[in-house]
Amino acid sequence: MAVEHTMGTSAPGPGDQTRIHNIGYRSYDGPRLGRSYARRSLYSQSLRGSYGLGRSVKSKVLPMLLFVVMCVPAAIMVAVAVATKAKDLPLDYTRYAIVMQAVISLYVASQAPQSVSRDLRFKTVPLYFSRPIETADYVRAKFAALASALFILTAAPLLVLYVGALLAKLDFADQTKGFAQGLVSVALLSLLFAGIGLVIASFTPRRGFGIAAVIAVLTITYGAVSTLQAIADVQGSGEAVPWIGLFSPITLVDGVQSAFLGATSAFPGGVGPSNAEGVVFLLVALGLIAASYGLLMRRYKKVGL
Amino acid sequence: MIATESLSKRFPRVTALDRLSVDVGPGVTGLVGANGAGKSTLIKILLGLSPATEGRAEVLGLDVATKGAAIRERVGYMPEHDCLPPDVSATEFVVHMARMSGLPPTAARERTADTLRHVGLYEERYRPIGGYSTGMKQRVKLAQALVHDPQLVFLDEPTNGLDPVGRDEMLGLIRRIHTDFGISVLVTSHLLGELERTCDHVVVIDGGKLLRSSSTTDFTQTTTTLAIEVTDTDEHPDGTRAVREALHARGVSVEDGSGLPGAGHVLLLTAQGEETYDLVRDVIADLGLGLVRMEQRRHHISEVFTSSDEREQRKEAVGHGG
Repeated sequence: MAVEHTMGTSAPGPGDQTRIHNIGYRSYDGPRLGRSYARRSLYSQSLRGSYGLGRSVKSKVLPMLLFVVMCVPAAIMVAVAVATKAKDLPLDYTRYAIVMQAVISLYVASQAPQSVSRDLRFKTVPLYFSRPIETADYVRAKFAALASALFILTAAPLLVLYVGALLAKLDFADQTKGFAQGLVSVALLSLLFAGIGLVIASFTPRRGFGIAAVIAVLTITYGAVSTLQAIADVQGSGEAVPWIGLFSPITLVDGVQSAFLGATSAFPGGVGPSNAEGVVFLLVALGLIAASYGLLMRRYKKVGL
Repeated sequence: MIATESLSKRFPRVTALDRLSVDVGPGVTGLVGANGAGKSTLIKILLGLSPATEGRAEVLGLDVATKGAAIRERVGYMPEHDCLPPDVSATEFVVHMARMSGLPPTAARERTADTLRHVGLYEERYRPIGGYSTGMKQRVKLAQALVHDPQLVFLDEPTNGLDPVGRDEMLGLIRRIHTDFGISVLVTSHLLGELERTCDHVVVIDGGKLLRSSSTTDFTQTTTTLAIEVTDTDEHPDGTRAVREALHARGVSVEDGSGLPGAGHVLLLTAQGEETYDLVRDVIADLGLGLVRMEQRRHHISEVFTSSDEREQRKEAVGHGG
């Protein structure tokens, strides 16, 4: 082909001063780093995008605000614990995300559509798939990016609590164990919420619908589940309470962590699932994450070009 | 560059490609067909994104069924539809796309700056794409297809939605992609005429079948048509008519240049050789008229299909494609 030809005429050797003024076409014969590099680039671009980095000032406002809102209560708790010389933190590490779930839901609702709906709406997806990366690369990069963003959002306040607890000279072993359990719990939560959020967002090219749909799914399921649990508890059928918890993402996480991560359940009556029941919770949670991945793959197989 | 062998693509209810065998060499190749003729389906298969129902295809010597990723690394693609997010700048967007093609960060930046300049975007490349005109957007789309310096680009309807000036600029740019950048081009259009100036080779498909594949010169230089325009004088108030009658008397058949600018004042005749030019000159001089213009007019590709012997042309074309 004529590439060599244009090279010869338009790209003078190194050190040639006329090079600066030469506006002829230069061909590229440097490295091409291929699929895994492209996937990593998409991951980091999407992760940065989830906090508005590399995007307009306007799109930085909400994620940054939610991040601050997420961390401020932790900072206050720490301040109180230090000031009052308390023996323990007012809130467990595992409980923090449950209490702050509204903020987390809002974050998922705003950032999941940002991550995938834009590519669908502006039909940028075909540009990705006309390049070396494939459906699985795109889905994995987007999934991992949102899950990481959520992990940062949920783990940062735990870190604040942990550092504060150490400053307040609380028991080191105790706090470290609690912190570790909290991290495992929010990791599961991040994967679960990212999966659900992305699946919903990937079916709604309009960002507004995506936001509304994600909020609806997360809050309505939680509302329904906690209402039913309350009713079941009042009516004395306490054994049904944990099972009802299977049907909303946040209570699912609650169930898993109260069975395995030493958390006190937030369910009415404070009764979480037993270890055996907890296995079911864990399987459902992992199943949901896998199903989200599968649905995203199916969705993007269709979108293609 | 591209070779297909009885390539077929059938969907449950339609046959998009029907045993298409075509060979495309280096240079600028036009892929012409009406909407729904199978152009986009063919590009999808050539990019290795959609399996063919039967037959095989190679791009740059790589089999599309097994070497899709390797092909996509060396090929660029500009889609027909809008594909640009409005809230990022052209630079950011093209850098991102360069990295998606596997270019390291620094190279991605350099290539983006180069490519945007080559397609004719300068200061505006730092502004969000949402504020661009259609012509500028088309340039960004073209830039993202070229940024990784492919060996071949697929341009799907690149002139869609452009005004005549924008159209000409885009066609000129496409020509330069080959002559200056050394990148081969496969460009689709549903307009035969606009590919005439741009392409070395034209492939016409219809209903998923090959109608004709030949070089543009074959299409357009079978005959030479002369266009003549003359002035009027007191002696001959209608100069055009006088010339037509005079030429007619000498046994040269003349047509009105209907459909051309200045129709009614333009005459068309088929040049048989040098002597036709002399004849026209003499006739006009004898009548004492002024010759405003006499120019060679190349046939437009579309005329290949709309002329009176259309049927024969089509038969021949099908025979050609085999």
